[in-house]
Amino acid sequence: MSQMRWALSDYQTIVQQELTHLVRQPSLIAWQLGSPIVMVLLFVFVFGSAMDIGGGADFTSFAMPGMFAMTMAFGFMNTAMSVAIYKEKGFIDRFRSMPMAPSAVVTGRGVSDLIHAALDLVVLALIALAIGWRSDGGLAATLFAFGLLLWLRFALIWIGVWIGLKVKNQEAAGNLFALAFPFGMISSVFTPPSLMPDWLGAIAMWNPVSSTANAVRELFGNPVPLGGSWIEQNAMLMAVTWPALITLVFLPLAVRKYQSLGR
Amino acid sequence: MDYSIYAEGLRKRYGDKVALDGLDLAVAPGTVLGLLGPNGAGKTTSVRILATLLRFDSGTARVAGLDVRSNARQVRQRIGLTGQSMAVDDVLTARENLVMFGKLFHIGKSAARQRADELLAQFGLTDVAGKPPQTFSGGMRRRLDLAASMILAPQVLFLDEPTTGLDPRGRMEVWDAVRSLTAQGTTVLLTTHYLDEADQLSDRIVVIDHGRAIADDTPAGVKRAIGGDRVEVVALRPDDVDAIASVVARVGEPVVEELRVHAAVTDRVGSLTTVARDLQEKGLDVEDIGVRRPTLDEAFLKLTEKVTV
Repeated sequence: MSQMRWALSDYQTIVQQELTHLVRQPSLIAWQLGSPIVMVLLFVFVFGSAMDIGGGADFTSFAMPGMFAMTMAFGFMNTAMSVAIYKEKGFIDRFRSMPMAPSAVVTGRGVSDLIHAALDLVVLALIALAIGWRSDGGLAATLFAFGLLLWLRFALIWIGVWIGLKVKNQEAAGNLFALAFPFGMISSVFTPPSLMPDWLGAIAMWNPVSSTANAVRELFGNPVPLGGSWIEQNAMLMAVTWPALITLVFLPLAVRKYQSLGR
Repeated sequence: MDYSIYAEGLRKRYGDKVALDGLDLAVAPGTVLGLLGPNGAGKTTSVRILATLLRFDSGTARVAGLDVRSNARQVRQRIGLTGQSMAVDDVLTARENLVMFGKLFHIGKSAARQRADELLAQFGLTDVAGKPPQTFSGGMRRRLDLAASMILAPQVLFLDEPTTGLDPRGRMEVWDAVRSLTAQGTTVLLTTHYLDEADQLSDRIVVIDHGRAIADDTPAGVKRAIGGDRVEVVALRPDDVDAIASVVARVGEPVVEELRVHAAVTDRVGSLTTVARDLQEKGLDVEDIGVRRPTLDEAFLKLTEKVTV
């Protein structure tokens, strides 16, 4: 068997293992979507009436794409957590002592995380539809928007793998929420950065999550809270570029960290 | 002789800390080597190096006749590893776990299923094949873990503290499983910090401390070197000590330490019975009586003393 086919067979086995987890424990999806769903309900129904994003735009239509992007952003914690558990339970050692394709552990992880993220988006989109969100962008643009969301999630897999290999145990990985929360929230997810204090607004604007959120709002035909800054005017370009940059930096870091397990 | 596991002058340091300081090991095919040592002695580091998981700084390491450094991939086809944590998937069933590992060893789907069933039977897990390991006892999980490392019927098996954290029953189950493997000719490197475990399972014991072998002998030889079993009697009254010492003298050279009288013995049960009976005949009440094994700490003290003297 060629090396390529050997590796593909390993990816398939690992992905299959992860998907079996999803099928056996559908509550996993519910738990992981718990916080975005609660946040949607809070922001739309509790704070929604007090939220004025300017221009008389509808808050629900504004907030839903933001929430999609935020869920993708928080996803890196799931990756980090799974990798940390893998490492702690000795799975990574056992795999490394087997004649497996060395890339299969990390790549299999990535593929199954993307499938997981796609399922997350389906569930969230259904909830969004139920509370009145619509996409007016047509099928192609809508699909492209979901593609951009998954592109962000893909990039964050490598941060997740890198952190998951770096932390001592899964408890440490669980503490990442303190990091993830501001990363998700200091953005254009729930409020336009133009309404924030200048310095905070600048951080929020340049947050990759904002670019993705704004780009998919444009594609869905939902209201976009645009200031005049370059970064906001080029949301589409940056929604493609940011994840590429993140991947460029963190994919090699993750691979190097994995290889350094043998040192 | 062609050894199944051969290490010479293995050195490994992490920054300033020396983990292995010129370790030598040689394990003959089909035998069990017990690597005995306290935490931090270098046991896990040795296993990780020999199982291709960790690079080393200098020395030679060969497993199944292959150089660990230059033939890592071929070595991996010939070894099984059971690490300290039990690397089984808690959500998949026991059978699915073994099939998954079978596929990762590339033995083919149907062969993987067949091998899974064989191993479940061999390790006494057929009844729970359809259940996830999270419902298992520690001993059952460890047996499943062992089964997973036996998919390819490896020539060499590494067991890193296989019974740490198990209850006595679980330990027995794992010991039985290991004995059945060695009966089939698998070469085993077993690390443990229990002297009785190394004694029960090994053909040879290497005691390591600070990354070096400080003893390499048969279990009997190691026990001799560290003093072996002792009958120990604790007197109730200081006045009785001499009388007790004369009773103990019948089974071995008595050593008196305040109220304690003890002597090295070879026949555990026989000498204990003799002493107890004689004490009773003479009407000597005692505080405590028993056969004591030297703890690993005492053994180390003794062995390290020998090295430094």
